[in-house]
Amino acid sequence: MIFHLIPSTLRMTTPIGYAALGGIYSERSGIINLALEGLMLIGAYGYVVGTQASGSAWVGMSVGIGLGVLLSLLHAIATITFHAEQIVTGIAINIFVLGFTEYLTPKPERVTGLPELNLPVIGSYSMLVYLLPIIMLASHVFLYKTPWGLRLRAAGESIEALKTLSLSRAKWQYLGVILSGILASIGGCFLTSNVHHYTKGITGGRGYVALAAVIFGNWRPIYGVAACLLFGFASSLELADLWNIPDELLKVIPHILTMIVLAGLVGRSHPPAALGKMDT
Amino acid sequence: MNISFILVKPIIRTFVYIRKLLLLCLPQLLVICGFFLLCGIVLFQRGQNPLEFYTTIFVSGFSSIDELGSVLFNATPLIFTGLAVAIGYKGGLFNIGCEGQLYVAAFAAALVGMFLNLPSVIIVPICIGTAMIAGAIWGAIPGLLKAKFGAHEVINTIMMNFIAIALTNFLVTSVYQEPNQMAPQTSQIYETARLSRLGGIIPFLPQSNLLNSSFLIAFICVILCYIFMKHTRWGYELRLVGNAPDVAAYGGINPAIVTVWVMALSGAVAGLAGVADVMGYQYRFLYNFSSGWGFTGIAVALLGRNHPVGVFAAALLFGLLNKVALDIELLMNVPRGLFHAGQGLLIIGLVCIEGISKRSSL
Repeated sequence: MIFHLIPSTLRMTTPIGYAALGGIYSERSGIINLALEGLMLIGAYGYVVGTQASGSAWVGMSVGIGLGVLLSLLHAIATITFHAEQIVTGIAINIFVLGFTEYLTPKPERVTGLPELNLPVIGSYSMLVYLLPIIMLASHVFLYKTPWGLRLRAAGESIEALKTLSLSRAKWQYLGVILSGILASIGGCFLTSNVHHYTKGITGGRGYVALAAVIFGNWRPIYGVAACLLFGFASSLELADLWNIPDELLKVIPHILTMIVLAGLVGRSHPPAALGKMDT
Repeated sequence: MNISFILVKPIIRTFVYIRKLLLLCLPQLLVICGFFLLCGIVLFQRGQNPLEFYTTIFVSGFSSIDELGSVLFNATPLIFTGLAVAIGYKGGLFNIGCEGQLYVAAFAAALVGMFLNLPSVIIVPICIGTAMIAGAIWGAIPGLLKAKFGAHEVINTIMMNFIAIALTNFLVTSVYQEPNQMAPQTSQIYETARLSRLGGIIPFLPQSNLLNSSFLIAFICVILCYIFMKHTRWGYELRLVGNAPDVAAYGGINPAIVTVWVMALSGAVAGLAGVADVMGYQYRFLYNFSSGWGFTGIAVALLGRNHPVGVFAAALLFGLLNKVALDIELLMNVPRGLFHAGQGLLIIGLVCIEGISKRSSL
């Protein structure tokens, strides 16, 4: 009974997993990133446009990631260089992307998906599904076992820490935000490569679910992806048939869980200490 | 000599005041000009005449009382959400949950209006009151979580948005759906619970115009909000907690309590945007009825510098933009997404300017 849930769980988990990892990089460097939704959407959009123009899924993915990087660069310039309010900038980017993708809508044609890997026992999934745990582990190693990761985290923990080492806080924040753009847009690419076509606002709030996973996973890569797995599993359970719980109410489980965790009722939430704080 | 002095002095004073106001709003005006310029450039690049675009804006906004009424109608929900965000911001809180609050409030208003058949004098206040209470509760929950557990209100209001929309969607599709109808909507509210149209009352405004008395409520709200902020004890407490919570605590104000009621007040005002739609326009609760008013409210508050009068002006501008977006789509075949994308960039421009000016004043 559980086994037939695996494909749908993975399909739900993968896009939010990438976006959550992206969110972790950005927030660990001290920049609140509410633009995850927009970054995912532009990735999904870029994949379709690029694939339609060239016929190759790889080109599509590069276009998606490229647009994601550009957009995250906009967020980075506004928030880091111009000290704009991070929350508002993130939401503005989401509004921008929703409008932009509505203005230049891609053709409603079917696009090819990314190549699938057929492994014995596990089955055949998009290569991005297999890449997620690898990137997750790599992120963990990067953030916790390398000096660069330490510096990136220091940017989010304290305004003074990097200054005392005469290192630039802004540089590491730029890195964090751009990495979040890359990862979130990969998540978006997976969405459209999986369903083979683009629909208006295809992300449908997944960026915010990823944000919930970041908080639920206590800003740690492995916990964050685990949270995505939990959310993905919950949404693929189809309890609607089982216990007659309506689908709409099932979708808000991640949001309610996040509120409970954030309130500290279960476990303790440890956001980066200098999250959202700007150096003067 | 003396008489000319009396005549000239007010003129000079007005002039100085206008100059001060212009200087204060200069960055905002520049960003707005940039926005219109950008739209023109994009249209030119599409091979259309930008001049036609600018004349269309003028025609669709100001050419007749009818058009002007439609602009005010479009601005009404934005006045409420803009005020809601501004109230929160002055109190040091970021209310991103206006969208959820207005959904819950709209549903409450629709329910009461659907089931209670009472004379207007009784039912209209009851409807509005219930909606405001519903919005206030929805806003107070994140406030309470912040005051009690220190949970950040931004995340919680975002999560509450999703919960509100899912909950009302569920109720409207399965429990309170209009009988024998496919569309996800409730039955209509009773005639007595409706806010009257202003067409026919205001001279030259045709009966068909959608402008209704919810705009008057919005206007009163702006005035009340100004008085509340500047001339009441609670307004002072709110601003003090927003600016300097430590000072407020030292002065005997409990910031936790203020946080809760500021969020409740903000939610109640945001809820009025739902009232404007249910009681003034649709006369029922519709699935996904809001076109992002809660989020546009953030832009409105930002552009209006969180001042009630500024919010009112900014809401009129965004009301105009929303109306123009529809007209341009019809007349010039330009997808309205262009305007939404432009609005996103407009907000980013505004916050960047705010960030720079804050930094240079330090």
